[in-house]
This record gives sequence, structure tokens and C-alpha cells, in this order.
Amino acid sequence: MRILSSSVGRKILMSITGQLLIIFILIHLIGNSTIFFGPNGINAYAEHLHSLPPLVWAFRLFMLAAIAVHICYGVTLTLENKAANPGAYAVKRNLKASFASENMIWTGLLVAAFIIYHLLQFTIHGTPDVVVGLDSANRPDVFRMVVTSFGNGLIALAYMFAMLMLFLHLSHGIPSFLQTMGWNNEKTIPAFGTGGKVISALLMLAYISIPAVILAGLLKL
Amino acid sequence: MNLTLHVWRQSGPKAPGKLEQYEAKNVSPDQSFLEMLDEVNEHLIKEGKDPIAFDHDCREGICGMCSQVINGVPHGGQERTTVCQLHMRRFNDGDTIYIEPWRALAFPIQKDLIVDRSNLEKIMQAGGYTSCHTGGVADGNAILVPKVAADYAMDAAECIGCGACVAACPNGSAMLYTSAKVAQLAALPQGQAEAAERVCAMTEAMQEAGFGNCSNHYECQAACPKGINVKFIAKLNREYQKALFK
Repeated sequence: MRILSSSVGRKILMSITGQLLIIFILIHLIGNSTIFFGPNGINAYAEHLHSLPPLVWAFRLFMLAAIAVHICYGVTLTLENKAANPGAYAVKRNLKASFASENMIWTGLLVAAFIIYHLLQFTIHGTPDVVVGLDSANRPDVFRMVVTSFGNGLIALAYMFAMLMLFLHLSHGIPSFLQTMGWNNEKTIPAFGTGGKVISALLMLAYISIPAVILAGLLKL
Repeated sequence: MNLTLHVWRQSGPKAPGKLEQYEAKNVSPDQSFLEMLDEVNEHLIKEGKDPIAFDHDCREGICGMCSQVINGVPHGGQERTTVCQLHMRRFNDGDTIYIEPWRALAFPIQKDLIVDRSNLEKIMQAGGYTSCHTGGVADGNAILVPKVAADYAMDAAECIGCGACVAACPNGSAMLYTSAKVAQLAALPQGQAEAAERVCAMTEAMQEAGFGNCSNHYECQAACPKGINVKFIAKLNREYQKALFK
């Protein structure tokens, strides 16, 4: 198929998969925020979410496919771009390109590494800090698990760092996906640039608020 | 004023190159950048040395021949200005100036500051035209073009094909150049018949010529001496999506 080899086609696939991942980030944030309602909030949410295993697995496989396409093309496009620009300028001054736009591959790979760690920890329960148990209503006690793990400063800081990487990635990614889809013109280009940074910053702060609140001792067992 | 220049010298396409230092003495602030280099070359010739080879033609900022990366920015970083229109009053006495050729895989260096930009022509040949029957002279207003469309096409047609977008792009991509051509023709009724084939053929030709992919750094627009807007890249992306369903 032409789209899979074309420069613009692959960019559109990067954009669409990126959009799917942003939608996931939003849904995941809303779900996570139930932790602020205490054990009855997040434990009920988690039990409800996992009450339909075929649906959960269909969703997981769909997200896995989206992320695989996003990473695969992200890496191949970056390698092609590195080859196309030998980068041999003795002096090169960028007028517009930012730290975020130039480091998409690295912030992206760090976020990918974080996702692996995050799944290993809270989905597979494979890290030593994880406390698995049931709450008084016989539901998996997600609240205890999260509060215990984030009580460890190093883990909480690792999560905050990962969210900083996500911020950098999205601050270029959000305006970029709009441009790639062609939903852009002379007037919207600067507005989307600013809007992308603001939305990414809000997402970062919202996600960071969970480990921050737990680390500060405001959310306790 | 007196300046210290670091100029890329390379005797041929395969030869190794390096930056060499020259002193430009008594430079007039009224000189253009190319006139300053002309004078440096006159001194080099008098000394029996090989003059610095660089591309230039109209020296009026419209031909797109001059192509030098000055202190890390194609055309020197003055907004909407080609090297030939850059004047020495922009510099200060005692400045050190780095002068390098366009650098991209698709722009092989021929000599010193001269690169081969024929890969841009390959993109044009792939679709930068409209097919028409020859015959008697058609009436000038036989095909009505709305003013808005004509202005939009004219903005895109301002591209002089110098390649600064490629030289500035961290990905060595020619997407701004390609998009200006695609958008210019797609905006006009004469170009719409072949719009779908054109966007596919031109982007494929861009890829085949060894240019990189666009990742929306927008460095191209900032370096473009004609201020070609990246909105044309968004237009190209829309044209490509339309072509997918044809």
C-alpha cells in the first residue's frame, strides 16, 4: 500500500496513532483521578473496568497496536531524517525548532520505557514495591497499592520525570498532529502551538498531582 | 570594518573539505555580502590562490541562486532576505563570520559553497506542471480564478527554489518547497484536474531524491527568504488525504 511507504502517509499514521494515544491519556487521567475519592473511588472504578475481560483485552490490544505503529514509524522516520541531514554544520543556529521538537525520539522512547515499567508495576504487579490485596468490600485494593508505592520518594519522582517527558513530547506532538492532518492555517498555527503547550502542561500537572499528593502525605491509607 | 571569515573550502565533490580562515579588511557597510566576498576573492586571485566558489546570479533577491549558511542560518538570518540582499551594515567591526554551503544528503557539494540542487528540479518534473492542449491562444478570462485563490497561489508561487528550507531543516526535508508547488497549483482551476496525481508524485520524488521527512519543526519558514508559510504544508497534507480516496 502506498500510504505505508510514503513520507506523508506515514506521517499521517503517526498523527492518527498519536491522537488515539492522547485520547487514552485523557481517559486514563479521568480514571486515575478517582483515587482522590479514596479506596471506594478507585477500587470501585478498577473493579468496574475489569468486569468485562474481553472488552479490556480488546482495548489493550488496540492500544498496543496503536503504540506499536507509532513507535515503529517514529523510529524509521527519525533514522531516515538523520540520514537525510548529515548534520555537518560547524555552526547551526535554529530559529524555530525547539528542544521538544528536536528530541521527540528521545522523549518518546523514555515515555515508552515508562509505560513498560508502569505496566510491570501496576498491571502485572511484578515490581517488589507492589502490595497486592483485597479491600473490605473484597475488591482488588488498588488504593493501597498505589499509595504504598508512591510513598516511596524515588518511585514518585520517577513518575514525575516520566510526566515531564510526556509534556515535552505532547507540547510538540499536539500542534504537530493538527498540522499533519491539515487542520491548520496561517491563523491557527501560532494558536495551536501555544494551545499544545498549555494542554500538555495541564496534563502533566494533573498526572503529577497524584504522586505529589501521596508523597506530601495528603492522601493516606 | 574588518572581519574574520571562516569559509568552507572543498576542491571537488569527493574531496574532503574544511573551514579556512580569511581576513576581510576595509569592508564597506554599504556592500552586499556577495560584494564583500568578491573583494576577498580579488585578493585571493592577486595572491595566486584559488578564489572561493559560490553560486550567484541576479543579485536582486529573485533568482534563488545564492546559497550560503551564514553563522548557522541559511541566507544569514535577516528576515525575508537572500544572501545577495544581505548588507554588511548588519555586521559589526571585528565580527567573526562562518560561511558554509547548504548541507543535506540531497544537495551534494560541488565546490566550496556550491551545491547541486538539481534534486529540487526532479520534484518539479514529477508534477510541478499542468497538462494542456496546445492550439490557438485561449482567452485570458476563459477560466475564472477567484481573487482569493489567485492571491493564495501567488503567495505559494513566491518560492524561488533556493533550497534554504532544506538547508535549515533538521531533517533535510524539502517539504516546504514541495508544498509550495503543490498548493500553488491545487489552488487554481487549471491545476485541480491533476491535483491527486501531483501530490503523490511530487512527495514520492522528494523521498526518492534523498530528502528527509517533515516533522513540523517549522525551521524552513523561519529561514525562507520569501517567507513561504508552513500553512502550505498543511495544504499538502490535505491534498494527500484527498488523493488517498481517489
